[in-house]
Amino acid sequence: MSVDPDTVKRVARLARIAVTGEEAERMTGELNTILGFVEQLNEVDVTGVEPMTSVIPMTMKKRRDVVTDGDRAEDVVANAPASEEDFFLVPKVVE
Amino acid sequence: MTVSELTRLTIADARARLRGRDVSAVELTEAYLEAIDAANPALNAYVAVTHDKARAMAAASDARLAAGEAGALEGIPLGIKDLFATEGVHTQAGSHILDSFLPRYESTVTANLWADGAVMLGKLNMDEFAMGSSNETSYYGPVKNPWRAKGSNLDLVPGGSSGGSASAVAAFLCAGATATDTGGSIRQPAAFTGTVGIKPTYGRCSRWGTVAFASSLDQAGPIARDVRDAAILLKSMASVDDKDTTSVDRPVPDYEAALGKSVKGMKIGVPKEYRLDGMPEEIEALWQKGIDWMRDAGAEIVDISLPHTKYALPAYYIVAPAEASSNLARYDGVRYGLREAGADITAMYEKTRAAGFGREVKRRVMIGTYVLSAGYYDAYYVRAQKVRTLIKRDFETVFADGVDAILTPATPSAAFGIADQDMAADPVKMYLNDIFTVTVNMAGLPGIAVPAGLDKSGLPLGLQLIGRPFEEETLFQAGHVIEQAAGRFSPERWW
Repeated sequence: MSVDPDTVKRVARLARIAVTGEEAERMTGELNTILGFVEQLNEVDVTGVEPMTSVIPMTMKKRRDVVTDGDRAEDVVANAPASEEDFFLVPKVVE
Repeated sequence: MTVSELTRLTIADARARLRGRDVSAVELTEAYLEAIDAANPALNAYVAVTHDKARAMAAASDARLAAGEAGALEGIPLGIKDLFATEGVHTQAGSHILDSFLPRYESTVTANLWADGAVMLGKLNMDEFAMGSSNETSYYGPVKNPWRAKGSNLDLVPGGSSGGSASAVAAFLCAGATATDTGGSIRQPAAFTGTVGIKPTYGRCSRWGTVAFASSLDQAGPIARDVRDAAILLKSMASVDDKDTTSVDRPVPDYEAALGKSVKGMKIGVPKEYRLDGMPEEIEALWQKGIDWMRDAGAEIVDISLPHTKYALPAYYIVAPAEASSNLARYDGVRYGLREAGADITAMYEKTRAAGFGREVKRRVMIGTYVLSAGYYDAYYVRAQKVRTLIKRDFETVFADGVDAILTPATPSAAFGIADQDMAADPVKMYLNDIFTVTVNMAGLPGIAVPAGLDKSGLPLGLQLIGRPFEEETLFQAGHVIEQAAGRFSPERWW
C-alpha cells in the first residue's frame, strides 16, 4: 500500500499537524519508503497467532479505590501557556 | 587529585574513596562541573547543567558521609537524560514543544537515585522524544561523539537516542548516566562510544515520570564506564512501583554480586539470523572473538535459530509509531509547553504541533496515525502485533532448550559521521542501526552492550548479550567476562 499527497494531508489533519503543500509532497515520499519497508510483514504466516498484548505475562495491578493525591490545582496549571484561576485558557470553542 | 584524576574514577572507585573520606562529594562534583563547563561547548552532551543543585546535593552527601549514613550512591555525580521528569529542572525530551516545561514532580527512577544519595549534574541531550539513532533529531542540536577515527577530525555521532548520556559518560563528564531504550537507544550509543549500557527486562524500572514514546517498549537503564558501574546503577534505578501498572512485583537483586562468578557450563546461543549479508568483516571477526572468549571461560556455545528476526524491525516501525502517535496527542498547546496562536482551537493545535515537533517526530506521528486509521488497523497494527508474538516465541523456544544467554553484535557498524548524506536521504537506512537491538524490545527481554574492541580506524565496537526475562544477573556475569577479555577503551581527548 502507498499514500498520495491528498492522503498525507488527511492523515496530517487527523494527527493535528499543519502541513504545507510542499511538506505533504516531501512526506509522501518518506512515508512511502517506510510503508514499502514494512510491506515484508505480509510474507509472514500469522494464521492462528494471537496479537501480543503484554510482553510479560502478568495481571494488571490494581490499587485500592482511595484518594492518593489531589488538591494540587496550582501544580496542574503551573506549566500552562495560558491559565486563569486554575483553569486552562483556550481559544473560544462555542459560539 | 586533579580534575582529570577525579573524573576518571569509576563509580566503584569513587564510592570507596568517598566512604574512606579520602575524597569529598563536593570536591568530586566540582571536578565534574569544571569538566562539563570546559567540554560541553564542543560536545553538546548537556542541555542544562544544574550547578547550584549539584553543589547543594554534594554538600548534603558529605554531611551524610560524615554521619555514617551513606546511601548506595552517596556523592556520585550523575547525568540524567532529558526524558526523565526532574522537579523544577529542565525536562523537554529534546523537543521544542515542551519549551519552558518545569515538572512539579520527580520521576520514580531519578527519585530512587536521589534517595540513594546520588548528585545530579544536569540534563543530557537526546533525540527528540527518543526518536532517532544519531542524536541529530534533538531540538538542541547534535551531540558529538568524543571518539574520532585515527588521523581524522570528522565529527561522529554518539548514536541515539541516548546520545548525550553515552557521550557524557565516555568523555568523563559524569560518573554514569540514566538512559532509555525503546528499540536500541541505550545499547547502540553505548556501542558507539565504548561504554556499557543495559536495557533491563520490561517492567524492571518504573516508567512513571519518564516522557512516554512507545509505552509497551520503553525501558530505562544505565550507561556506565564498565560492567560493575552499570550493575551498581541498575540496582538503584530499578524498583517495584505502584505508580506504574506494568512495574513487575519482584525484588531487585544485588546485581554487583553476579560479577566474577564463573560462566562454566553456561549455554550461550549464537543466532544464525544475525549474520547479515554485507556485514563488515570487522563486526563478524569481533563476534567470533566474543564467542572464543566465552568458550575459553568455560561456556558452552550452541548454534541457534531465531527465524523471525528479520521481521522485528518492520514490525517495530508499525508498533512504535502507533503508540507514539497516541502518546504524543497530549502535546496540544493547552496544558504545557509551546503554544502557537490560531483562528480557532483546531488551528491552534495544528500550528502548535507543526512548530513544536521536528521532522522525525512528525514522520512517526503520521505513520502511527495512518496505521491506526480506519481500514488499515488490522492490516498493519494487528498484523505487527501478531508478528511480535512470533518474535517472542522464537526466544522462548531457545530459552526452553536451555540457552542461558544469546551473543550477537550490538550494531551493524561503528559510529558514522554527523549529517551522513545516505541516512538523511533515506529514513529506513537510519532505522537499520537498530537491527540487532530491536528484537529485544519487541520481546521485552534484557540486553546489555559491552565494548569488545576497536575497528581498524580505532573506533569502538560492542557486543550484545540477550537474557531471559529478569535474568539481568546472567548478563552482568557474562558481560564481565567479555570486559575482562577485551579490556577497556577510552577516547583520546581533542575537545
